[in-house]
Amino acid sequence: MDMAVEAGVIKQHLIDPEICIRCNTCEATCPVNAITHDDNNYVVRADICNGCMACISPCPTGSIDNWRTMPLVRAYSIEEQLTWESLPAELSPEELEAAGVSADAGEEIAAAAAPVPAQAQTTAAEPVFNSAQYGATVPPWSAAHAYTNLFPPKTPTTATVVGNFNCTEAGFESETHHIVLDFGVVPFPVLEGQSIGIVPPGVDAIGKRHHARQYSVASPRNGERPGYNNVSLTVKRVTEDHQGDPVRGVCSNYVCDLKVGDTVQVVGPFGASFLMPNHPKSHIVMICTGTGSAPMRAMTEWRRRLRKSGKFEGGKLMLFFGARTQQELPYFGPLQSLPKDFIDINLAFSRTPGSPKRYVQDLMRERAADLAALLKDGASHFYVCGLKSMEEGVVLALRDVATEAGLDWDTVGAALKREGRLHLETY
Amino acid sequence: MSTINYSEKIPNNVNLGEDRTLQRALEGWQPNFINWWDDVGPEGSTNHDVYLRTAVSVDPQGWAQFGHVKMRDYRWGIFLNPGDANREIHFGDHKGEKVWQDVPGEHRANLRRIIVTQGDTEPASVEQQRHLGLTAPSMYDLRNLFQINVEEGRHLWAMVYLLQKHFGRDGREEADALLQRTSGDANNPRILGAFNEKTPDWLAFFMFTYFTDRDGKFQLAALAESAFDPLARTTKFMLTEEAHHMFVGESGVSRVLARTAQVMNELKTDDAQKIRAAGCIDLPTIQRYLNFHYSVTIDLFGADQSSNAAIFYSSGLKGRYEEGKRTDDHILKGQTYKVLEVKDGQLVEKDVPMLNALNEVLRDDFIKDSVAGVGRWNKVLEKAGIPTRLTVPHKAFNRQIGALAGIKMSPEGRVVNEVEWAAKKNEWLPSSEDFAFVASLMGRVVEPGKFAGWISPPVMGINRQPVDFEYVRFG
Ligand SMILES: Cc1cc2nc3c(=O)[nH]c(=O)nc-3n(C[C@H](O)[C@H](O)[C@H](O)COP(=O)(O)OP(=O)(O)OC[C@H]3O[C@@H](n4cnc5c(N)ncnc54)[C@H](O)[C@@H]3O)c2cc1C
Ligand code: SF4
Ligand code: SF4
Repeated sequence: MDMAVEAGVIKQHLIDPEICIRCNTCEATCPVNAITHDDNNYVVRADICNGCMACISPCPTGSIDNWRTMPLVRAYSIEEQLTWESLPAELSPEELEAAGVSADAGEEIAAAAAPVPAQAQTTAAEPVFNSAQYGATVPPWSAAHAYTNLFPPKTPTTATVVGNFNCTEAGFESETHHIVLDFGVVPFPVLEGQSIGIVPPGVDAIGKRHHARQYSVASPRNGERPGYNNVSLTVKRVTEDHQGDPVRGVCSNYVCDLKVGDTVQVVGPFGASFLMPNHPKSHIVMICTGTGSAPMRAMTEWRRRLRKSGKFEGGKLMLFFGARTQQELPYFGPLQSLPKDFIDINLAFSRTPGSPKRYVQDLMRERAADLAALLKDGASHFYVCGLKSMEEGVVLALRDVATEAGLDWDTVGAALKREGRLHLETY
Repeated sequence: MSTINYSEKIPNNVNLGEDRTLQRALEGWQPNFINWWDDVGPEGSTNHDVYLRTAVSVDPQGWAQFGHVKMRDYRWGIFLNPGDANREIHFGDHKGEKVWQDVPGEHRANLRRIIVTQGDTEPASVEQQRHLGLTAPSMYDLRNLFQINVEEGRHLWAMVYLLQKHFGRDGREEADALLQRTSGDANNPRILGAFNEKTPDWLAFFMFTYFTDRDGKFQLAALAESAFDPLARTTKFMLTEEAHHMFVGESGVSRVLARTAQVMNELKTDDAQKIRAAGCIDLPTIQRYLNFHYSVTIDLFGADQSSNAAIFYSSGLKGRYEEGKRTDDHILKGQTYKVLEVKDGQLVEKDVPMLNALNEVLRDDFIKDSVAGVGRWNKVLEKAGIPTRLTVPHKAFNRQIGALAGIKMSPEGRVVNEVEWAAKKNEWLPSSEDFAFVASLMGRVVEPGKFAGWISPPVMGINRQPVDFEYVRFG
């Protein structure tokens, strides 16, 4: 369960029984079977829903887009929801307080991304800001064609580990590894921004084979090592869950512990829209936290190789990168050595002792003038990747920058989406 | 990823470019489709830019893209849900075998018939609704009508693809015939009765989209279980589109009820004539419309006993609604089901073999679903403090198909004689006077944010747009 669980608080996903027409679309859509129904109501299982938003746009009525801040222990059960005739009201701050939930709950979990304030109750008059609605589902017009699903989950392929090293400072809590996988002669073409799936060996608690976990490709299209059929990944060892309780993430630990020469089962590639523009004048704004830097590294590196070969004219690169501390920032060293006229780097550290917390959104606001100029330019492309909790804050910051510059966000946001120029990938 | 290729003349996610023969066949059919759209599609709408939803891929992220488009330029095409290479037949005599990617010879005729019948309903409803745009109660409603129209058009494409890809020459002929039959045409009518009825006004349209498109949901859901995998994948995707149609119906009637209840409260009356005089549709008229559309729609499920239904099921062509969620043996041999018949002037239940009663099983599933929705309409009245409740008529009321056809029956399920039927008919079913009255309310209101006096505004706009958004730009 990774549904915005914050120190015993969840944002519980609920369906409004007064508006829902029981059309079954949401149940058919939900990738994790979190939705079920009886003759009376359609309901969401709080312990399964991961807030992926896949059900939101297919719902013809909007009744599915309801969220309530709830103490985990008081989350509405399925049985309860099935009897509802209308949605219960949002708990008051006093009720939340009484349930032991402090108003600033959630502060602790977010790393570089600022915690998103609890959403106001959804009403028709005042729709909540839904950042996901601005994410494009089409690639930029100049993107290269992506191959997808060459190896679907039922028929994985095998790759060999040819490199594995820690790319954060050793000994720090959130250890992140840079892994290089080689496919030999098996076709596995990928583009920057795509991801692949790794199937960890063994079975889960109920005896089913582990499902594949997705990892963004961190290397450019012609390989981590140019001219080789290999890709690199940026994998963070998961040692605690979103609530901060110790847990040993199944796949991330497996991957971080791999030795050169080991083989792994791989599925994919996945993703046909989070792809980089290729026309020479295109600008790329990259906003990421933690391992969300993987696709950004891939794009930056591809541009760097193009530039080195003299094949690239203009096009700005701007990076907003957040981590708790400098030591936890993957690829910190190599990033520092990139020329300033090539990429405009902005780093935000939320836990540097003695310094105020800074989140990627704060940096974006500081750079409002430059971002506004880019927002006005139809050649600019925006990529957001990393922790789920950053997404809304980042898109809100973009909206504010646009509004302050006298742009109409509804127009700009819609254009970014329609033209494949704003891409969101958070997990 | 199942992205749809829009660079092709016919947008698709089925690699049409690799099948030249099929591509040529479909490209031959396409101009006829456009001619059909121009001739009998939405009247007077050619220059409008409509805020339409289009699919760019069949996964959740991609299937709902919104933007202003001319309907004629709508990207109709062929979209199938992603397949599962290991899918197995899960009911009937072939249970446990791999699903079919091609049509087995022995089931060819039956499959073709199923697909043609389903396909025939899609253009029919566009034809039935072609004049409605001229009397829309708001710009919001006009947009919803047009959205339904283009999607019915796409559903036709979906069926035509199956016919042309899998049924060779007769498939191509059947595909052509779909554009030659016309709803209500005395010489060449649509296949099913309900699709030759007129949709004269917006109350009828809402009832139609509530009841008849819900029939679509159940039929498509049963086909989505099919052992013929291309049919299952096609109908699965159509179901996501169908949901919007039912939404238009359900919320449409709700909004009519909300407005009527509001006026009843303002005028402190339940006198139908006074309500009518105030420009609203009185509750008895709404009940009569409901009786009519409900009874006509349940006829669409076919005869209560049918050997075809048994064959379709046993051979794996058409399953039951939510087949996968049922816990019986999925073969159904030796089981029975209760159907109604009239004996000595009395309605009685009798047991018949389950396999032969599968139309009735699907009809009963539909009835349960519709009744629940009528319950939601009643909540609108309840909330407004109005004591009247809408009800669905008896299953045997006003039936034209099956063992109950032609039996004269009151809405409560009492067998009546011809004399009583003739005397009460206008209490039970809409009369020509009712139609004339409702028609008299149908003026055109298309200023953004304005609504005709007989209907309330919706609770929220489409795709989170405000209710007064410019959903249609008139060119
Ligand atoms: C499109 C996409 C791209 C991704 N790219 C990357 C990438 O480039 N690098 C990368 O490291 N990961 C990436 N992820 C996340 C990755 O797929 C796994 O979720 C992650 O590695 C945890 O898997 P696990 O098997 O170790 O943990 P699991 O065994 O699945 O989970 C153990 C527990 O940890 C919690 N948990 C899961 N992930 C986290 C987390 N990140 N922080 C805290 N708690 C967590 C779970 O809720 C669960 O309670 C991506 C995900 C997606 C959807
Ligand atoms: S948000 Fe995602 S996981 Fe939750 S119910 Fe919707 S589709 Fe399922
Ligand atoms: S998709 Fe929306 S309207 Fe349909 S059943 Fe789900 S919540 Fe209800």
